[in-house]
Amino acid sequence: MTMRLVLLTAMCGTVSAQVTFDRILHAEREPQNWLTYSGTPLSQRYTLLNQITPANAANMELQWVWQARSLEKFEATPLVVDGVMYTVQAPNDVVALDAATGRVFWIWSYIPSQESRVCCGRVNRGLAILGDTLYMGTIDAHLVAIDAKNGKPLWDNRIGKPESGYSLTHAPLIVKDKVIVGVAGGEYGIRGFIAAYDAKTGAEAWRFNTIPGPGEAGHETWLNDAWKTGGGSIWVTGSYDADLNLTYWGIGNPGPDWNGDPRPGDNLYTDSVVALDADTGKLKWHYQFSPHDEFDYDSVEVPVLADVEWRGAPRKIMYWANRNGLFYAIDRENGQFLSGKPFVEVNWMNGFDERGRPMRIPGKVPSTEGTLIYPGNQGGTNWYSPSFSSHTGLFYISTWAGYSSLYVKRVDEYKEGNQYNGGTPRSPVPFTRSSQNFRKADEGYGAVRAIDPKTGERKWEFRMSDITEAGILTTASDVLFSGGREGYFYALDARSGALLWKANLGGSISAGPMSYSVGGRQYVSISAGNSLFTFALRQ
Amino acid sequence: MVPGADLAHGKFRHTNTDAGLVQIIQKGIPGTAMPPHNLPDFRAMTIVAFLRSMAEKQGSGVVVPGDAAKGKAIFEGKGNCGICHRVGASGSRVGPDLSEIGATRRAAEIDRSLTEPDAEVLPQNRYVRAVGKDGVAIVGRLLNQDGFTVQLIDSKERLLSLNRAELKQFEFLEKSPMPAYKDRLTPEERADLVSYLVSLKGIARQ
Repeated sequence: MTMRLVLLTAMCGTVSAQVTFDRILHAEREPQNWLTYSGTPLSQRYTLLNQITPANAANMELQWVWQARSLEKFEATPLVVDGVMYTVQAPNDVVALDAATGRVFWIWSYIPSQESRVCCGRVNRGLAILGDTLYMGTIDAHLVAIDAKNGKPLWDNRIGKPESGYSLTHAPLIVKDKVIVGVAGGEYGIRGFIAAYDAKTGAEAWRFNTIPGPGEAGHETWLNDAWKTGGGSIWVTGSYDADLNLTYWGIGNPGPDWNGDPRPGDNLYTDSVVALDADTGKLKWHYQFSPHDEFDYDSVEVPVLADVEWRGAPRKIMYWANRNGLFYAIDRENGQFLSGKPFVEVNWMNGFDERGRPMRIPGKVPSTEGTLIYPGNQGGTNWYSPSFSSHTGLFYISTWAGYSSLYVKRVDEYKEGNQYNGGTPRSPVPFTRSSQNFRKADEGYGAVRAIDPKTGERKWEFRMSDITEAGILTTASDVLFSGGREGYFYALDARSGALLWKANLGGSISAGPMSYSVGGRQYVSISAGNSLFTFALRQ
Repeated sequence: MVPGADLAHGKFRHTNTDAGLVQIIQKGIPGTAMPPHNLPDFRAMTIVAFLRSMAEKQGSGVVVPGDAAKGKAIFEGKGNCGICHRVGASGSRVGPDLSEIGATRRAAEIDRSLTEPDAEVLPQNRYVRAVGKDGVAIVGRLLNQDGFTVQLIDSKERLLSLNRAELKQFEFLEKSPMPAYKDRLTPEERADLVSYLVSLKGIARQ
């Protein structure tokens, strides 16, 4: 009988095994699977699979395509559990596929409320799994649990008002017996929060307000009652350190985005990373990357955790390439700022004080006539996942290089359910892909940049013509996978940036690559346009 | 067909008025598979009248006189239904999930499935038997298929994808694995069970 069938029969015990939290916590022990959004709770998006190498990557070929019935951007990173792939058809249909063929096992359709409103696309970035249950946040701010075997809903918990702009777009994070998510909607003047829910019942276990209210630490950084519409979205999945029992989350911009006049103060915890006790949600520490932000520099990035030798001593580090154009190293035990260095052109600050607070350049603020700021509104990078390779020791970032925006501010009145932005950024680089590209290089381009995270020094750059919204995957065999808005999917040599292989997938790549194996064969999956593509070495 | 969009019950997710239904028919539902239809008012009203008549017919059909609480006990006990079927987070996934059977099937249809399980097997509930070239046989509920592969959930609740070229036998099972309950349950017990199944409307959505 088929090799696959024999294998599946032989693997009966494994195939039926539930995804325990211990499996998620030690996901690196089973690189054939992809059990959480960034691969492991450390969020390095690095796989130990090494069948595809710099020497043979040119032999990669398409294995299958799954075309979603959706015209929304396909931003989800799939999960793979023992040969079954789970992903999301935007906005919120959950799909189970055979990971080796792309054939559908089941689809569960979720119809979001017509009241839902999202600033930047009716998208979803993926699922979480625990036991036999999948978890998904929806664009109308529901957290739902779905049976992974048959695609039937188990519970549905509305956690925010979609009519006020609350939504969920990121993949949940599993920690122990809880499902952790945070709401988005900062462009609608929401008051953001991160919350944990009981995985069995959906009951809320704890909540951390990303915009502190009266009596909460950090409330003093808001004046004029601006905290009520302070924003503070969560757009991407957080990370978890089991030794410290801390979960880390990046928080989005304050509202209104581009006019800080109604909200004097630092506006905590916007544009910050927070470290929360995973059992209680209590704040252990925070670091604010962009105090009193007026450039939409939300910290919409995945916290990348690594245990490395730092200046002669072992240290628990958090690496962070921020939308504000700076690459940071932070001590993740206590939040101590260790280093910060631009990885793209930056003109809004020119250094740090002794506590790691950025020193602003006078006059570099939005104005009624417009102020030119580097990086521009979409940032030096954005929600696209970076990668850290423990093998090369390098940190890889999808960047918008040479990119600026003219920030024009205006006065907006808050009205529930309406966008609350306070201005308009203008840039030669359009927010969405245009059919043709006439820009000069100094008007902005996409690049994968490799930097030494201990120094912030750039090691190499792989340059594109159009910009990139693709995440990055690195492998233990030193292959780097990424793509761009042009529609190319690349394999690069992670050591040098040399192009090893490319495929034109037609549609813009707005997701992070991931890798898994079935029957001993390594696959790499990436979505482009409205389809999911899977590659492997030619047999 | 939109999964879960049963139009025969007289209850609709987005509106419950005739005027609202006419508007949905004519303008569609943005962001869903429901497209707008270029129909004049009287034609859209005709469709609404048809939907209402289906709901009335259902309401005047078999009256379920049973006790749903007793039916639940039969489902979990004497009927041993959970050995194949799942409700919520309990039971087996090998047979059709019944968590929202009451929202998609009518009492008379459910009763008929209990007494004559082979009379009408929905396509999504068909079972297949595949035998590999090594003689290993797998029986399961068919989930999908194409010219080269077959997807199913087997008796161990595994999601499997089989390569047709490596099968020496593949067949649809003519008989439903579901036993007939006509003589296994009394009429009263069956009524209780039907009453329970009709009450299963899926999870509550806030």
